[in-house]
Amino acid sequence: MPVLRIEGLVKTFGSFRAVDGVSLDIHAGEFFALLGPSGCGKTTLLRMLAGFETPDEGRILLAGNDIAPMLPHERPVNMMFQNYALFPHLSAYDNIAFGLRRAGMARGEIASRVAEMVALVRLDGLEKRKPDQLSGGQKQRVALARALARRPQVLLLDEPMAALDKKLRESTQTELMELQRRLGMTFIIVTHDQDEAMTVANRIGVMDAGRLEQVATPRRLYEEPASRWIAEFVGDVNLFEGEVTGREPHRLTIATGDAGKIVAAAPLMPLSESAVVVAIRPEKVRLARRGPATDALSAHAINRMEGVVIEANYLGGTTIYKLKLDSGAIVRAAAANTARLDVDAYGVGQRVVAWFTPDDCVVLDR
Amino acid sequence: MSTRRTFSRPARLAAIAPYVWMALFFLVPFGFIVKISLSQTVIAQPPYTPVFSITDGWAAIRDAFAALSADNFRLLRSDDIYLLSYLRSIVVAATSTAILLAIGYPIAYGMARLPRRWQAIAMLLVIVPFWTSFLIRIYAWINILQHDGLLNQILLALHLVSQPVVWLSTDSAMYLGIVYSYLPFMILPLYATLARMEPALEEAAADLGASPREIFWLLTFPLSLPGVGAGVLLCFIPIVGEFVIPDLLAGSQSLMIGQTLWLEFFTNKDWPVASSIAVVLLVVLLLPLLLYDRLQRRQLEAGR
Repeated sequence: MPVLRIEGLVKTFGSFRAVDGVSLDIHAGEFFALLGPSGCGKTTLLRMLAGFETPDEGRILLAGNDIAPMLPHERPVNMMFQNYALFPHLSAYDNIAFGLRRAGMARGEIASRVAEMVALVRLDGLEKRKPDQLSGGQKQRVALARALARRPQVLLLDEPMAALDKKLRESTQTELMELQRRLGMTFIIVTHDQDEAMTVANRIGVMDAGRLEQVATPRRLYEEPASRWIAEFVGDVNLFEGEVTGREPHRLTIATGDAGKIVAAAPLMPLSESAVVVAIRPEKVRLARRGPATDALSAHAINRMEGVVIEANYLGGTTIYKLKLDSGAIVRAAAANTARLDVDAYGVGQRVVAWFTPDDCVVLDR
Repeated sequence: MSTRRTFSRPARLAAIAPYVWMALFFLVPFGFIVKISLSQTVIAQPPYTPVFSITDGWAAIRDAFAALSADNFRLLRSDDIYLLSYLRSIVVAATSTAILLAIGYPIAYGMARLPRRWQAIAMLLVIVPFWTSFLIRIYAWINILQHDGLLNQILLALHLVSQPVVWLSTDSAMYLGIVYSYLPFMILPLYATLARMEPALEEAAADLGASPREIFWLLTFPLSLPGVGAGVLLCFIPIVGEFVIPDLLAGSQSLMIGQTLWLEFFTNKDWPVASSIAVVLLVVLLLPLLLYDRLQRRQLEAGR
């Protein structure tokens, strides 16, 4: 039984369908991320869960009860706002206690709950400060404590780390994950940052144009994208358009214009047409001065193509190479810099062989 | 060691411009008024003595200084009419300001919640009366309120009254005129504060279980206090010195200080007494200003 069940949710603004029929189950104790480009409807979906938007169609079942007709202040969910929306005239303590006071909690109980929250988000000693006397990271923690104080059944987080700098964002992501695991609460986070979604979430729902395109674990989302759009949206990818020319058990042979013949693992779901696109992640494209001989490794039917390095971007942990194939197509390959002194690094202008196995390919509808 | 960035010359000039303005158009004229308030009235041109004249040399100026006295201020204390005028002005201003706040706040609140393009239209509607001369609008009210005016005609037609009601030359008419004239000055600062408020704050309060009533009293109203302060000052101060509206709409039983001042200046031709009334009025008006400034400062310091 999911803690939150969303059924056929639709929200239109004029003629614009912001959320266009979304159904989704979220389980208790899950850290779920809604990922998508801006304007994809993820924030509207979250705002419907919080009660700030009324759905035109569909139901929102929280522990079995439809909360769609309930007003925001009646819902047992709380939200952490993008720019925190801390009350500027109240101290950190009063901000955290705000929701508890509205619930009519006894004074002593409020004090102990606030103290517990302050300890949880490590804000000790800052209770008396007003929001404009707090740093960005401290404000973020007050907002988190305030949203958690009422012990909501589901915590909604709207781009909670968008206002933090990169270093602080990374440490905050880790803290948020630990906190969620420790409390065993259900978190739903909205973000446009795929690294953030992959870091914190158990499952990710990718949205585009008001629809939920794929719901999967971070790994499956990256390695088994459901569509060409997802493959391009999540991470970096090389795409080769082609036609299926041969079908064997578990193997497809695809004739591509840019990369010649590619042998790929057959997808689990049958393709609707023979016009397909082959997706290969850059780190799965391996480089060699002389590729493994196709004959010797024919059992693996390794795909190989030759080209010239036209760009080599050293990024520290990895180097991204851009190759120009003989067909004129550009292929990106990411190589991990596993050795400090790399005599094998490729230089611009060097002729190399790029190769990958059939299992590294994902065949998608074009 | 840190070096402080100095401003460029034009920037520095721009910074002192308001002070130059204040000195030229407020402090210097006010100095004249203070000087006249310490002079004696005479039938002459100008109608007071002593008169400073730089051309007569130092001794004359020293004599003129010696001739200054605070007699006029003593006169203000000796006759009740002045004290009563001041009191009436303050009571009228306070009452009007309270009515203005009670009417202006809901209007500003409603405006701030309109869709964007409607806000501009509402703003225009608030400002439109300014396009007609203030005096003409007050005369229009006289027309409406007089014995056979529009208001009485409507009341009679609706059989709400059996004979015309006396509206003109009453305090009600004066309050009506003041509230009507000053309403934009109350609405605009309130609207500016309320429209600037982040909508997410009210959503956050609702999310944390606050009912609409609690959201207003715990969040919206406290956060709009700077606008309330500005609106109250913007109305209270000029209403205290108001002359035209009470003169045209109120009865002549009791005078506001602006009317008393006018009488002294134009009817009695007593410039020194009129000037001393003006000086006292300014001091009376500075009080609420200083209080407001202090409150704001304390708020700022409390926030630190």
